[in-house]
Amino acid sequence: MHEWALIRAIIAEVEEVVKKGYKVDEVTVYLGELQNVDKSVMEAYLNEAIPQIAPGAQVRYETEPARFRCRVCGREWGLDAVELDEATREAIHFVPEAVYSFVRCPFCGSRDYEITQGRGVRLALVTSRRQEETGETR
Amino acid sequence: MEQFGSIDPRLTGARLMLSKVKAVVPVMSAKGGVGKTLVAVLTALHAARMGRRVGLLDLDVTSPSAHIALGVDPQKLQPEERDGVVPPDVAGVKFMTVAFYTWDKPTPLRGPAVDDAIREVLAVTNWGELDLLVVDTPPGLRDEALDVLEYLPRPRVLAVATPSRLARAGVERLLAILEEQGLERYIVENMAIGAVGLEELAEKYHARYLGRIRYDPGVEEALGSPEKLLDTDMAKDVEQIAKKLLEELGL
Repeated sequence: MHEWALIRAIIAEVEEVVKKGYKVDEVTVYLGELQNVDKSVMEAYLNEAIPQIAPGAQVRYETEPARFRCRVCGREWGLDAVELDEATREAIHFVPEAVYSFVRCPFCGSRDYEITQGRGVRLALVTSRRQEETGETR
Repeated sequence: MEQFGSIDPRLTGARLMLSKVKAVVPVMSAKGGVGKTLVAVLTALHAARMGRRVGLLDLDVTSPSAHIALGVDPQKLQPEERDGVVPPDVAGVKFMTVAFYTWDKPTPLRGPAVDDAIREVLAVTNWGELDLLVVDTPPGLRDEALDVLEYLPRPRVLAVATPSRLARAGVERLLAILEEQGLERYIVENMAIGAVGLEELAEKYHARYLGRIRYDPGVEEALGSPEKLLDTDMAKDVEQIAKKLLEELGL
């Protein structure tokens, strides 16, 4: 599945930070509404994998609503302002930039707009002291 | 305490997806209209015919065209979901293009969106084990081309130019950049009509000259069919180039 590609990448990022000697206390996975990944699949894999890589780490998920700003008329809108059929949603799910092929500014019809938030998946980590400072080893 | 805010996992994902690819060859040109897409498509088709496991990735995210050369209808043929998306087999080549998701509709993207689209395609495409991945890139030396060089592991660039003085000036700039970055580089001359070659340019920038491809007006009619494309005079010339390229790559 497509989610698995992103899950593997997130796991690799957390592993990398742990390898650098950080203790990861919290992992926040931001799920952009535009990409519309299956949150339950993410949770099922990451909630099991992250504690194995980073013991004690809390895993949180935050859904970011998609927001757009038109470069022509300056108006802002969200996904609820446009109608997308199932096939289009699926295309955007794989490559969110496909939105520019299907969606125009609902106010002026322009395709010249930017995605200001909620595009895709990203993560943020909160870490504490380096392991060598506390003498811990993996 | 330290915070790692807003990590983009896609480039790490891309590295994982490309980890079993032996050689990555972006086909680049400093100018448009030099036949880069056809050189990329024919090189991939020939390498596959020579028994190599080959992928072809069209990374021109705003104007993809490799699918047109191959006769792929992006709304009918779709990648299969399996640990990412697996590019469908087209004439023996694993083929991926953003057109699978934009369906040939206009996709006007500005700087950051171009970068995002490239990262996304690289992060989700599950290539599996390949000998060679040929990457058709957007022309020029702007964001897209530089992103490609940065994101692909150990890119060995195949530069395409025509004998035109305009194209020659462009490819000289491209070769200079590649040399500065210490990247392996090859050059082919497309639409060759006279005796003036680009060998001296290759020598100047320490690029390997792989040969010339004659101008072949018959190619236009063969577009849309891999079999017909492989039957053109252009394809015969590219076959020799593909052989040399595989040798250079140790494949």
